Amino acid sequence: MNILYKMEYTLLILILPLLSFTVLGLVDSKWKPQVAGTIGTAVLTTVAILSYYTAWVYFTTANISGEYQKIITFQTEWMRFTEYLHIDLGILLDPISVLLLVVISTISLMVHIYSLSYMHGEKGFERYYAFLSLFTFAMLGLVVATNIFQMYIFWELVGVSSYLLIGFYYTKPEAVAASKKAFIVTRFADLGFLIGILILSFYTKTFDFGVLTSGQESVFAGTAGVSFMGFSIMSWAMALIFIGGAGKSAMFPLHIWLPDAMEGPTPVSALIHAATMVVAGVYLVARLFPVYYFYAPEVLHGIAYIGAFTALFAATIACVQTDIKRVLAFSTISQIAFMMVGLGVSGMGGHHGLGYMAAMFHLFTHAMFKALLFLGAGSVIHAVHSNEMSKMGGLRKYMPVTHITFLIACLAIAGIPPFSGFFSKDEILSAAFEFSPYLGATMSFIAGLTAFYMFRLYYGIFWGTEHKHHHTPHESPFAMKLPLLFLALVTVFAGFIPFGEFVTNDGAIYHIHLNWTVAGTSVAIAIISILFATFMYRKESKMPEKLAIAFSGLHKSASNRFYVDEVYQFITKKVIFNNISTPIAWFDRHVIDATMDGFASVTQWTSARLKGLQSGDVQDYAYTILLGALIIAGLVIFL
Amino acid sequence: MFDVFSNFTTGIIPMEAYIIVSLIMFFAGVYGFLSRKSLLMILISIELILNAADINFVVFNRYLYPEQMEGFFFALFTIAISACETAVAIAIVINIYRNLNNVDVDSLNELKE
Repeated sequence: MNILYKMEYTLLILILPLLSFTVLGLVDSKWKPQVAGTIGTAVLTTVAILSYYTAWVYFTTANISGEYQKIITFQTEWMRFTEYLHIDLGILLDPISVLLLVVISTISLMVHIYSLSYMHGEKGFERYYAFLSLFTFAMLGLVVATNIFQMYIFWELVGVSSYLLIGFYYTKPEAVAASKKAFIVTRFADLGFLIGILILSFYTKTFDFGVLTSGQESVFAGTAGVSFMGFSIMSWAMALIFIGGAGKSAMFPLHIWLPDAMEGPTPVSALIHAATMVVAGVYLVARLFPVYYFYAPEVLHGIAYIGAFTALFAATIACVQTDIKRVLAFSTISQIAFMMVGLGVSGMGGHHGLGYMAAMFHLFTHAMFKALLFLGAGSVIHAVHSNEMSKMGGLRKYMPVTHITFLIACLAIAGIPPFSGFFSKDEILSAAFEFSPYLGATMSFIAGLTAFYMFRLYYGIFWGTEHKHHHTPHESPFAMKLPLLFLALVTVFAGFIPFGEFVTNDGAIYHIHLNWTVAGTSVAIAIISILFATFMYRKESKMPEKLAIAFSGLHKSASNRFYVDEVYQFITKKVIFNNISTPIAWFDRHVIDATMDGFASVTQWTSARLKGLQSGDVQDYAYTILLGALIIAGLVIFL
Repeated sequence: MFDVFSNFTTGIIPMEAYIIVSLIMFFAGVYGFLSRKSLLMILISIELILNAADINFVVFNRYLYPEQMEGFFFALFTIAISACETAVAIAIVINIYRNLNNVDVDSLNELKE
């Protein structure tokens, strides 16, 4: 299985960003900002080229007798504790890790180029590039992990760099609060992940992905018959691991951090909170898919239902948000939930594995068009200096490139052929219909909602009434247009990639064929939704207000994100703080601290009393010595 | 106790007599060390203590091991060392005098100035 090809250069893909982070982080502001930006971008270009080369070599040579092999190009034992408990570091190449290598390095490169102009003149430009390198390193390390513990290490590193980048404007209180929120929520989810890893590895005696997904029955022999509260131990382990994934991928109810994370710089939102980090949860489930499928199928179905609910929930909220980045954030949550549904409904191999293949396909296309949408939104924000839709309108005349690329991305996410989103979303819908018609119908409805809110956003920004600007909005500079054009190109053509020939869950090649019934229906739904949005938002009309009044309850609660944040506030502040934290704080202050204070004050009291003996008077000492000597002598003689 | 004094009449000085002298010298030294406030007087008291010890060395050698010489040599060594010690101590006392303008032991209760 693990054939060592001569592909050690893959190690460079990890080392280069790490070096770049170290150098840029150490020199900080001693060099000119342009130098730091150039170094970061040059390193990322190299990494991207290496990733493409790796992908080319992998997909041309690793297909042995019709199946893609798992290749470990680098492996080292990092820490050995016992025979079973040892933590390895390595690089694992298989279709999904190679796919993610390409996605991450492409988006990261685009964001690096884009930021050269977008972040120009910002205070902390070097710091920004250092953190981008750190993030890229962590994310690449995550996807090539050979074992679940290495993945966990990089998982946390990704969380840290996300925290650092959300809090980039650290003088802004909202940004600080958002970064803390993101870190704490995902950390909380990672607790579940860690416990899941420990349970899984305790019963299987291994961390290694190769062993876990090899399909050998003997690996899971230890889990037979062990159950807890009516579920098998494997269900518990895999459900807990999924909680970690749900935290990173912003699944309900752990999604609350993602909309707030939009406080970070927009290119960061594009890279981390749209294209790469948030799909880590999807990647985790995909990576452990055989384990989920064979040993915890009920958890897999649970993932499908959680995904469907999250998709619906987020899409509803996205319809009424007014901050363009928030709309995109909820759209991201919804689209990632689509991928989760795809994985959840998938079977193993061939046509049954359609959901898995579709989820990975959607991951790829979504990364491209969502990054494009975010970068386009950044371009708009750059021009009008606001995130609010009410400050925009009629921008199509001023920003032709942004307008066209944004439109392409909107068409792609809405699922209009021949743009890439159509192909991938359609596969997910077919898989969902095959799993359960109700689920399929729900997902189709959500796809319609997606088209609606994306075109609401599009018309709100580029059409509608022109807002009075302080100065005329202008098209962005070349460094910002280049990534937009490149990503738009990918978005247009990526749908034609025969994806099933590269990524399937059993490694065998699968030929995609469109299910025309599903495809036709979903395209029809999308077009109707777009027309509806056109009717409502292209020109100023009374329709949106009338609808908002007609469904005032729904509208109000959706605008307030269904009060999930308030529920969290209530649980943490009222329940946990009052009933648990306050008593614990009291105990800490009055029992533990008091004991320590007691020790200290007794010592102080004693020393104050003993201080008099240390008079510094030599003759006193001599007298004491003499007296002591006489007493000892007396004791020796008379006793 | 009375044998000690009875031996005076026979002309041989008994060992105990020497020891009593050295005992008196020793405690006189200790008393001086504890009660005097001048560093110089304390130094002289130390000399008394050392000399009491010297007397003991010589007396024990003479009376208990007359055929050996170690005690005498040891006494000589002690004299030499006490001379050195006195030289050093005097140097210190002079420095103290220069700094504090007195040689009162009670004024030396701080490790730093």
